[in-house]
Formats: sequence, structure tokens, C-alpha cells
Amino acid sequence: MKSLPLPLPLPAAVLRFAPPARVTRVVLFVASCLPLLVIAGWLASDLMFHTRHLGSNPIKEAEHMTGEWTLRFLMFTLAVTPLRQLLGWNWLAKHRRTMGLFAFAYGSTHLLCWALLDVQLDWMDIVTDIMKRWYILIGMTAWLLMLPLAATSTAAMIRRLGKNWAPLHNLVFATVVLGCIHFFMAVKRDIEDPLLFASIFAVLLGWRVYMWWRRRQAAQVTPAIG
Amino acid sequence: MLLRPPADIPSSEITPESTYLSRRDFLGRGAGALAAAAALPGVARAMPPQDKDELTPYEDVTTYNNFYEFGTDKADPAENSKGFTTKPWSVVVDGLVKKPFTLQLEDFIKPHKLEDRTYRHRCVEAWSMVIPWQGFPMADFIKRAEPLGSAKYVQFFTLHDPKRMPGQERPILPWPYTEALRLDEAMHPLAMFGTGLYGKTLLPQNGAPLRTITPWKYGFKACKSIVRITFTEKQPLNTWQLTNASEYGFYANVNPEVDHPRWTQSKERRIGEFRRRVTLMFNGYPQVASLYGGMDLHKNF
Repeated sequence: MKSLPLPLPLPAAVLRFAPPARVTRVVLFVASCLPLLVIAGWLASDLMFHTRHLGSNPIKEAEHMTGEWTLRFLMFTLAVTPLRQLLGWNWLAKHRRTMGLFAFAYGSTHLLCWALLDVQLDWMDIVTDIMKRWYILIGMTAWLLMLPLAATSTAAMIRRLGKNWAPLHNLVFATVVLGCIHFFMAVKRDIEDPLLFASIFAVLLGWRVYMWWRRRQAAQVTPAIG
Repeated sequence: MLLRPPADIPSSEITPESTYLSRRDFLGRGAGALAAAAALPGVARAMPPQDKDELTPYEDVTTYNNFYEFGTDKADPAENSKGFTTKPWSVVVDGLVKKPFTLQLEDFIKPHKLEDRTYRHRCVEAWSMVIPWQGFPMADFIKRAEPLGSAKYVQFFTLHDPKRMPGQERPILPWPYTEALRLDEAMHPLAMFGTGLYGKTLLPQNGAPLRTITPWKYGFKACKSIVRITFTEKQPLNTWQLTNASEYGFYANVNPEVDHPRWTQSKERRIGEFRRRVTLMFNGYPQVASLYGGMDLHKNF
């Protein structure tokens, strides 16, 4: 896929843009932690001092915000490949794992928010919720599918899995689909926000289909010329 | 306690907020909680402390609202209703009444004695508040409207004016919002028309200038910013039932035994509290139970 010409005629300055990895690594890490720190700080303040940074129902709001950040980081992860292909920013590849692990971290926080703060480890409620409410079962599955991905994200595991690593990590698409469905089902009436995430995902997926089609075309044309 | 209409003298000038905050005159409390606890034996032991119903702070009551006419986020109604004027305001009363009529808001309210009533408020989304309302019994107005013998239901309509209610520019719900009560429910002494809360005139985000209050029902059963009241023989379709009949019914009575398809209704989070509370049957107002004698409340949810 790297042999294909870039589809956009871009100024050389854009294509050449490649910040040093030690800078981007720190910047991305700090920026990715920031939402979590802010939400946690506001939530603690709201619960202890009734400050209403997260509104009148801070537990619910923190739950919603961490859920949306999970989807955001999943989208960031899926945007890496299209951006490399579009802009030639191959340096992004180094940060895809970070984005993926943050998606997992936010997803886990979202789950903990629900279990610890919302239903407060009421096991009866947790079990009935998972069994009786489709959207909770779907959300739980989306999170479970992230577990093997997080576990096999180390360099050693990548080496050990070899050819099998990439197919396994395609599970991320299932996580995103389930995550979006979970979001659609959780809202009462206004589907604007879930629709936005689903649309972004559709574009990112559509791009992959388009690139796959282009590769197929190229593969068919080349022998005829040769 | 009798008060003049808030438009003339806000009762905040008569009763300081601190007095409200210390008051414990909750209609139907005590007996209601006991009855519900007795009806739910296993649950009673595991109940978080819920012997007290503290007033929900004014700030929460006026900034955490479901009023899609002004937007779907909880903070939207307070934000997007700034500048919403309720003067002039008129209410049409028609349908199965002796003689249909239109009233200016002042004339709608004036003949009634405004009362202070503190009610629990339970949202279908499993959160709740305690709100000190001002208003008057719905029954008093219905007698004035002189419904015909054939009238079995009373239906309310919210203002439909997307220029003033920006949330109506999107087809989130079929506008205008409408809700209805069986006539005997509307005549129940607990049912009231609300004109104020915390001794202040109702703010737009809470349904100014006129709304219904039925504390044993989920919050969506209330109709806010009412412009029309009509009496019918057939059971009307209320907005949420029209939108999603499998999740929202006509009666919408608070019932811990009938779950919303997507979440439990057996518990609730009181705004401002950390632990969840056990939800009480009819929101802790067992005096309405006789209205539903012989009815299957699982079917008529």
C-alpha cells in the first residue's frame, strides 16, 4: 500500500511535516490524560463540595463523558492509517498504540464509573442490567473485545503473534461498531451525538474500502502494462 | 398557607428561603414511605438512608431540566430560555365543556388561592428532586371549566412556537408536546397547576407560566408552558407514547416494579446525593392507589 501514490496533491511542507518523536510522544500523552484528569477533578469536587462543574448529576455526566472519550480515542486510532495515506504522515504510526491504549483506559474508566459510582457495586443490579438490558450487554462486549488488544500491544507480543497480530487487531472495528450501537441505544431521543460518531466511523471505514478498491485496480492494471 | 399571586408579591418576600429549607411539611410523607417499605420486605433492609427528604437546592431545580422545547441537554433549558417572555399569555379551554373559552393568564390564576406544596419529583430517567411548588388544585380549575358528562380525559398542550422555543426547530418530538390525565386523576387533590417554585414565579425552564404537577407520576407526564386545555371522551395519545409506545405509556405512574425497558425503575438518584434511593410505589403517594383499583399496572404503565 505504501507504493501507491498519495491521492492528494499537497504542498511539500505538509508532506514533510514530521515533528520529532520525543516531542509528539510527550505532547500526545499529556493531551490524552488531560480529559481524564479534568473529569476526575470536577467529579471529586462536585461530589465533595456540590460545585456543579459537571452539572447537578455529576456521576451520570462523568459516565457520559468518559464513554464519549472512549469513542473519540477509538476514532483517533482508526484515523492514523487514513492520515498516513492522505498526508504521508508516517510518524503517526508510532502513536497508534498510545491512542489505542487510551481508548482502553477511557473505556475502563467508563465501566468503572458505571459499576462503582452509578450502580455502586449492587451486584443484583449489575447482573440484571447486563442480562436484561441489551445496550449494557453490547457496551460490555465492546469493552471485553478491547482486552486482548491491550494485552497484545507490547513489542514482544507483536513479535510473538507475527502474522496473526493484524487480523486479531481488526477486532477494533467490532469494538467501534458495538460502541456506536451502545451509544445509539443509550440515548432517549436525541441521536445527534451517536450519529456524529457513526458518521466519522463511516468515513474512516469508507476510506479503507476506497483504498482496497484502488489497490485491486492497480493490481489488475500493472500486469497488462508489463 | 395562603399567598397572593407571585406576580404581585413574590412569596420569597413573605417566606424566606431559609424557612423553606428547614420546613418538613411533605404532603403524604411518612405514611407513604411506611406503606411502600412494608410492601417491599426484602428491599427495606438494604435501603440507603432515606428517612429524610431535603429540599433540592434552587440552583439544581432551575438548571437541571428536561424541557426539549429549549434543547435536549439538561443545562439547555436554562440557557436557551433566557429572554422567553410569558406576557401576554392566554390559555384556550375547549372540547367537551359547557362553553369553550379563552383566558388571559391573570384571569386563569386570579380566582384561585395559591398554595405552597412540597412534592417529590421523580424523572423516568431514575433521578429525583424535592421541590417546593406554588400553585392551585387542578380540580378547582376543572370545576370552573364545567366539563360535560361525556368528558373522560383532560389534555394539555405546550406552546408551539419555534421562534421562542428553539428546541422545536428540530423534529426531536412531534410538536407541540401534549399530555393528558384521566378526569378522576386530574381531580385528585394531589394534582395541581403550578405557577411558581421556591416562592418565585416559575422560570421558563420549569414550564412558565403554567404547568401541571402530578407527583405520583414520572416527570414527563407534566405538561409545561400550557396554551390549551381540552376535554375529550377518548384517551388521547401523549407525546412520549406517540413517540415510543413500548417504553412510555399513558399512565406513567412511578412504579418500582415496572422497569423501563432500558433501565431499572426500582432505584433512583436524588440530585445532590451519592447513594441511590429505593423508589417508592406511586413515588410515595399511596393515596392515589384507589384511582387504579383493579388495573394491571404492568400493562397500563
